[in-house]
Amino acid sequence: MLDVVLPILIFASLALALLGAIRRIRLWRQGRPSPVSVLGGLAAMPRRYLVDLHDVVARDKVFANTHVATGGGFVAAAVLLILVHGFQFESRLLSWALLAATAVMFAGALRVAARRKNPPARLSRGPWMRLPKSLFAFASGVFLVTLPTAGVLPASFGGWALAAVLTLIVAWGISEMFLGMTWGGPMKHAFAGALHLAFHRRPERFGGGRSTGLKPIDLKDATAPLGVGKPADFTWNQLLGFDACVQCGRCEAMCPAFAAGQPLNPKKLIQDMVVGLAGGTDAAYAGSPYPGKPIGEHGGDAHSPIVLREGRALVDADTLWSCTTCRACVEECPMMIEHVDAIVDMRRFLTMEHGNTPNKGREVLENLATTDNPGGFDPASRMNWAADLDLPLMAKRGTADVLLWMGDGAFDMRNQRTLRALVKVLRAAQVDFAVLGNEELDSGDVARRLGDEATFQTLAVRNAATLAKYRFREIVTCDPHSFHVLKNEYPAFGASYAVTHHSTFISKLMEKGRLALGEWTGGRVTYHDPCYLGRYNGEYEAPRNALKGIGIKVVEMERSGFRSRCCGGGGGAPITDIPGKRRIPDMRMEEINSTKADIVAVGCPQCTAMLEGVVGPRPEVLDIAELVAAQLVAAPAPARGADKRVQVERAVEVVA
Amino acid sequence: MQRDGNGNAATEPSLKVAALVSVGRHPVTGRARRAEYDARAVEIGLSLAKGGDLSLVHAGASSPETEAALRGYLGMGPGAVDVLQQPEGSDVVPALESWLRAAGPRVVLCGARGETGEGSGLVPFILAERLGWSLVSGLAEIESVDRDTMTVLQALPRGQRRRLKVRLPAVVTVDAAAQPARQSAFGPAQRGELHRVASEVVPDAAAREWTVAPARKRPKRLKIVKAASARDRFKAAAAKAEGSGGQVLTGVSAQQGAEAILKLLREEGVLR
Repeated sequence: MLDVVLPILIFASLALALLGAIRRIRLWRQGRPSPVSVLGGLAAMPRRYLVDLHDVVARDKVFANTHVATGGGFVAAAVLLILVHGFQFESRLLSWALLAATAVMFAGALRVAARRKNPPARLSRGPWMRLPKSLFAFASGVFLVTLPTAGVLPASFGGWALAAVLTLIVAWGISEMFLGMTWGGPMKHAFAGALHLAFHRRPERFGGGRSTGLKPIDLKDATAPLGVGKPADFTWNQLLGFDACVQCGRCEAMCPAFAAGQPLNPKKLIQDMVVGLAGGTDAAYAGSPYPGKPIGEHGGDAHSPIVLREGRALVDADTLWSCTTCRACVEECPMMIEHVDAIVDMRRFLTMEHGNTPNKGREVLENLATTDNPGGFDPASRMNWAADLDLPLMAKRGTADVLLWMGDGAFDMRNQRTLRALVKVLRAAQVDFAVLGNEELDSGDVARRLGDEATFQTLAVRNAATLAKYRFREIVTCDPHSFHVLKNEYPAFGASYAVTHHSTFISKLMEKGRLALGEWTGGRVTYHDPCYLGRYNGEYEAPRNALKGIGIKVVEMERSGFRSRCCGGGGGAPITDIPGKRRIPDMRMEEINSTKADIVAVGCPQCTAMLEGVVGPRPEVLDIAELVAAQLVAAPAPARGADKRVQVERAVEVVA
Repeated sequence: MQRDGNGNAATEPSLKVAALVSVGRHPVTGRARRAEYDARAVEIGLSLAKGGDLSLVHAGASSPETEAALRGYLGMGPGAVDVLQQPEGSDVVPALESWLRAAGPRVVLCGARGETGEGSGLVPFILAERLGWSLVSGLAEIESVDRDTMTVLQALPRGQRRRLKVRLPAVVTVDAAAQPARQSAFGPAQRGELHRVASEVVPDAAAREWTVAPARKRPKRLKIVKAASARDRFKAAAAKAEGSGGQVLTGVSAQQGAEAILKLLREEGVLR
């Protein structure tokens, strides 16, 4: 009897799964076009899965092995099932291989079940809780029906009653594993995930590459939507990416805004986008909500607005404005979903169509448009911080080895200390450098992350025109945000330059022996990785090398390197200032405090400002440039005076 | 904005509102932009004309720079600005007057003064006089609009407010007391239309005789507060300016009032 029922069951479910696949693909194709290489992508997919994706999964060793056993076992079992029971190939070898595959899968399912016994908060429940049972049903059902074909049991074993029971078990397993894959169930991640890897919008990310710059909008094209106002405004492969989410919640566990109780949860956001592309409400979502927002009140469809000016739609605006664009979610996502792209796309619509950037957003964007800096300072006062330094100006020199990009920190009294320290280091190493002076404009980082692509592009084009006038070997900056924008986002506007963060530049100077440095006698030092230097640009070593160069042994925090936690200062988050239960810099300072460090070394004006804004007692916040400048020994006489002053200040700090 | 807040009379279903908009100038960089007070006038217009229609009009010379600045108003939501073509050195009042007569708005909103040109703040007064419409300066809020009148709050110094009942049509000027203008969004600003309207050009005869020089920064009189405690300093900062020698005239004839004003102006050295 099984000889008759199983082929019908298998081929009927495959046919239904195919129908589901077509429906699913049509849902994705609601999105806007995005050119991809179909064959190239599909050819690259296995490698992307086995290497790139698995590298991320393998950060959790136990679960990686679980997934290899379950997923690998299933793929092998599914193929063999179709051969052995679908096409009824009479081969002992295939049957035994099928038995082995289901056994491996069963072993994996045991681990899945163990994880589901008391799941961590980041995991979604709901249909995901039945997944281990379905895995058991598939593995054990297929195992048992294969015993006769493998010759272990006689074909007539157990009679029709047992055959009927087995058929039901196999049917359960097959419907979860085959139908669920395309009609929407936990197994959807396998189908959508495989295609998502094949047609990823940033193929440069695979094979160890990096692609973090935001994609420009063609503002001259009047038909192109300004950002994303409804789910169908996403490109089709973005929608596909959302659909690939496995709801593992690793993003949730890393998100600083979620931890601070702000109304953002990257996992929920992606699931809301899935609700948007398929239509419906979020009532079926079974994971952690956006903090402070109950589940079941939001919904929408592919052609309805995502955010309403008043009232509720798919997502509330404050959810989108909570993001610091720290990219921790993207870094952690085993499916390589691009949360930050999606958030900025939706912010673009809110800013450029609704004109509704919260809190100080309006003021900052207006200042950027009228004064070229977010603070609204007189652009002619950009060089005031260096009035006594006699800095060489590019306008006078025309050429220099190094162009020192000051960034908007030039207007900030705290960051001016960093800049002055950096100038001291550059002079001590006799670097041939110059600055743009008042010709420099804001890089456009904040405008772009607040969704004002128009202002960003204006600034980028104007800066690119200024840069094109001069000759230099590289740009050095102490602001990772300017660094990222200049390095990764300006090339789209015809400005491709070698850009170096000051920590990288200083560590190279140390390697070449260009700096005479004294022995470090200060206290314990920890280092806070800036998101835009680390996760955005992969620079984790240079700042540590620079600190090592002055004899500092960095005491690492629990979250450091690619898992460093944001200071809360990125993405315009301090400007939009969405309330939460705690402040992100306070949480980060707790982590700094737990290293018992006396000093936290930073490499970013935003991080400096955010961490210094934490109430004491707390470690002193010093930029790498300041730490290095204070250790210069063969410095010219006036600088030595400043050297002493820094040390005196620190002594006071430590005692206090 | 509570238009039906008092519940006395229903707001007209389509209240015609016009806002006069000018090209502003950023105080620090001097770049053309939407003028601060005019933008506030448009803001009031937008909340007032929710169920009606708001039309924007600008009179002046047009250049790419001024057009970009006018698009700043379009970014707030209105679909179009009527641009009355007026070459440099012309008097914009006649053109605005005939436009307003033709459009026939019930309420005309504008900033208290422009950021470029003469910036005298006289345009709304002259328009109101010529049209014979009511004029309210320093509007804080429009509370309700009825068929023939509206109730508004006028801002007085030191945060005081005065409720006025105003006969319509009326010209209303807006300054820092009104709510700030909403953000200007790029999309609507690009899509909005600038309708160039031919209009009569009258040269500004008076202005031709003037000599124009850049303004000098006037020295500020120091306000010396001799206060021993924070409470005294606060009281000094918050206290009403103590007028000395002023008088309140009530029930006097226009002639007597004018004479009193002239006398004061002579005393203060404004008129010689």
